[in-house]
Amino acid sequence: MADAVSRRRFLLRATALGCSAAASPLMTPMTFAQAPGENRLVVIILRGAMDGLDAVRPIGDPLLRQYRPGLGMSLDSAATELDGFFALHPALAELMPLWAQGDLAVAHAVSTPYRDKRSHFDGQDLLEAGTGADVDGAQARDGWLNRMLQVLPAAGSETAFAIGRSEMKLMSGRAPVSSWSPDGRLDMSPQARLLLEEIYHDDPLFHDTSMDALAIAESLGLASDDSFGMSSSDMRAAVKAASAAGDASVLASFAARRLNEEARIAAFSLGGWDTHRAQTRGITRALGNLKDAILTLRSELGPRWDKTAVVAVTEFGRTARENGTRGTDHGTGGAMILAGGAIRGGRVYGDWPGLEEAALYARRDLMPTSDVRSYIAWLMHGLYGLDKTTLGTVVFPGLNLADDPGLLA
Amino acid sequence: MAFTPDIAAIRFGEGLAPEIAAPASVEGVLDQLRGADLAAKEFPITPLSDLYGTFAKVSTLQKVARRGRKGSDAEELSKAYKQARRELNLHLEGALAPLLSRSITTEQPFRERLTRFWADHFTVVGKNNLTRNAVPSYTEETIRPHITGRFSDLLKAVMTSPMMLDYLDQNSSVGPNSRGAKGRRGLNENLARELLELHTLGVGGAYAQGDVRQLAELLTGMTTEISRGFVFRPKIVEPGAETVLGRSYGGGPPAVEDVMAFLDDVALHPDTVRHISRKLAVHFTSDRPDEGMIADMADAYAATGGELMAVYEAMLDHPFAWTSFGQKVKQPVDFIVSAMRVLEVPPASLRQLNRSKRRAYVTGPMTAMGQQWFRPSGPDGWPEEAEAWVTPQGLAARIQWAMAAPSAIFRSLPDPRSFVVAALGDVADEKVTFAARAAETRREGVGLILASPAFQRR
Repeated sequence: MADAVSRRRFLLRATALGCSAAASPLMTPMTFAQAPGENRLVVIILRGAMDGLDAVRPIGDPLLRQYRPGLGMSLDSAATELDGFFALHPALAELMPLWAQGDLAVAHAVSTPYRDKRSHFDGQDLLEAGTGADVDGAQARDGWLNRMLQVLPAAGSETAFAIGRSEMKLMSGRAPVSSWSPDGRLDMSPQARLLLEEIYHDDPLFHDTSMDALAIAESLGLASDDSFGMSSSDMRAAVKAASAAGDASVLASFAARRLNEEARIAAFSLGGWDTHRAQTRGITRALGNLKDAILTLRSELGPRWDKTAVVAVTEFGRTARENGTRGTDHGTGGAMILAGGAIRGGRVYGDWPGLEEAALYARRDLMPTSDVRSYIAWLMHGLYGLDKTTLGTVVFPGLNLADDPGLLA
Repeated sequence: MAFTPDIAAIRFGEGLAPEIAAPASVEGVLDQLRGADLAAKEFPITPLSDLYGTFAKVSTLQKVARRGRKGSDAEELSKAYKQARRELNLHLEGALAPLLSRSITTEQPFRERLTRFWADHFTVVGKNNLTRNAVPSYTEETIRPHITGRFSDLLKAVMTSPMMLDYLDQNSSVGPNSRGAKGRRGLNENLARELLELHTLGVGGAYAQGDVRQLAELLTGMTTEISRGFVFRPKIVEPGAETVLGRSYGGGPPAVEDVMAFLDDVALHPDTVRHISRKLAVHFTSDRPDEGMIADMADAYAATGGELMAVYEAMLDHPFAWTSFGQKVKQPVDFIVSAMRVLEVPPASLRQLNRSKRRAYVTGPMTAMGQQWFRPSGPDGWPEEAEAWVTPQGLAARIQWAMAAPSAIFRSLPDPRSFVVAALGDVADEKVTFAARAAETRREGVGLILASPAFQRR
């Protein structure tokens, strides 16, 4: 098929512009590189700082209720009890069957190396850069998921998908990745395409991006030769698709469809975690979205779920105590959620530091006892066979991998 | 590249327009800010305080409907509330037409650009069903009148605006040791943190968690009421003085002047001076701006006590303002208004757009381009870097709009061969000019010109 498309383009180009087609990047058939094995990794960035102490509650510690009298911690949590000490937030109750099957796990009291200033934006930059705190995340040249692709044998441009409209810095860098939003389309006459390619020719950013867009839209069947019309039902459909494109289940469904094809790695973001006020309402909605994303992945991946690891990470946790407005402020240690048939679930990983004031970070936040990067590195080790040295120098430079927690089934 | 009128109109304006002269000099750009605000007068937008009465009315109807939801007239009450809410929202959504019309027709386009810049610097999102669509009204009242004044006045206007106090939760923050706390309520750090991190010093600034906490205490009492706007409530002010950034504020009887004294000080803090200067430079000139230009801007800021006109002037006077032409990519809103400006979309046809057409032509496509208008995902507003906007999905949405929207809005389109001159002036390149000639239809010709880097960049 790629050959036929190229040939048609060649002819069109020759007639439209009357010049050589040799230099056209459109001539290069899309590389359907052999994917690096069958294992799949989905990274969900929870933007806005998920309150790990609410998502995965240490109900066995009486201080939790004392610190958070207004956040619903005293409600019965029998239905979401995990291991006698921790319980899931009720909004995650539908994930309990996954826990029982060993497809859901938690790593608690985790953080990136980011400390003290508690800025969402710096915190997210560092989370996505995957470096130590000695590097300014905002100045980072690439993200850790891209660096993993750089060392992954047989990774092609369709191996990894960044999904949605928000920038995914963890996936940016030298290795080719695909980036698309579920509502994306690109419809142009062949002539317009050729002319556009000429116009973009000398502008590397526009050129490379448009080539990616055309290739992705085409391979996903989201491109046509007909011009997109705005007065017809096209337009209503486009508006509708655009407004749904950020929904958790739409993002997850798009991810699953890619992972069912060539893709092995997908990443997207979920927001709504910055619960400074009326947290019970806000986090219920946000966790509901996370739950929807995980369940959508499971149902749409079908048998591939068994080879999938989903990891949901956030920039930092929130204060151990509730603030004065039934919410929590920016903190440090938090939780990461792991799901998928590839995960050795049914357990909470990590060293629990306790909630006594002296055990808190700066006497206010959950003390982080392990680095999110270390867990992710071990996942990569297990899923893709990357060695510890590469992981600790290339993917997460400067990371001292802790002992293997044995996250994989 | 040195100053040319076309570059000035593209970089520091809303782009070229067939019937509107581009500024002849740097002075000409600054003159746009010196006279009366003509566009605001011609295309009015309701300032927020004019809405307080309506807010109060809708909110009362809501309460009445809620209270009477079990009574025999429950349906009527709920209908009355929903009708009032719908009318309010229709009115507020109607601000789209005047907003676009200002940008399309104005002879003072630098004013529109600066208004959007500062509205983004002080991002708010309407969080409840009354204020959901009220951001243009906030901008009109709180931002726009202050863009040519002192930064401290702008800052004080924002920090007493109901929209900001609600958005960053200041409204519900209470001094834990105040009488009003009753031992139950307490602080919320949200506004205090963003005030230092985003609005003034910048995240690299010289502040620590202790300053955030002290500032949160100092800000207690700054609240709003739906029918009145800003209200200072002494009863919930944390007792005692607070030390923020090494200076002490308050300590006497609760007074809003204590907060204002802090805002005056922080507006002149060297970190603020640098942060604001750099942010303007990044927005208008380059994602990697010239340090010398930033230093000039910061000097002008410091020398005048934060007179923004002096800062703008220092930026425009620096050669980098002109040599860096093309380094910025227009944000989706900038792209759409500059396209509409050169296409001369008439204000009357914008006024006639119903809700579904507004969505189809403007707000829906902007969302697909990555900018859901008035709904940025956080208080840091929209990203600046070209790479954040020129993504495969974002660029595809720009191309789709360029190819389809102009012909949907107009029955007839200009000839691409003349349109390329109208749209790009002296920044047109050979390739776009060729494409304008080679396109098979007017529609595609116009679309290609609008999708070109020459039009997308500034």
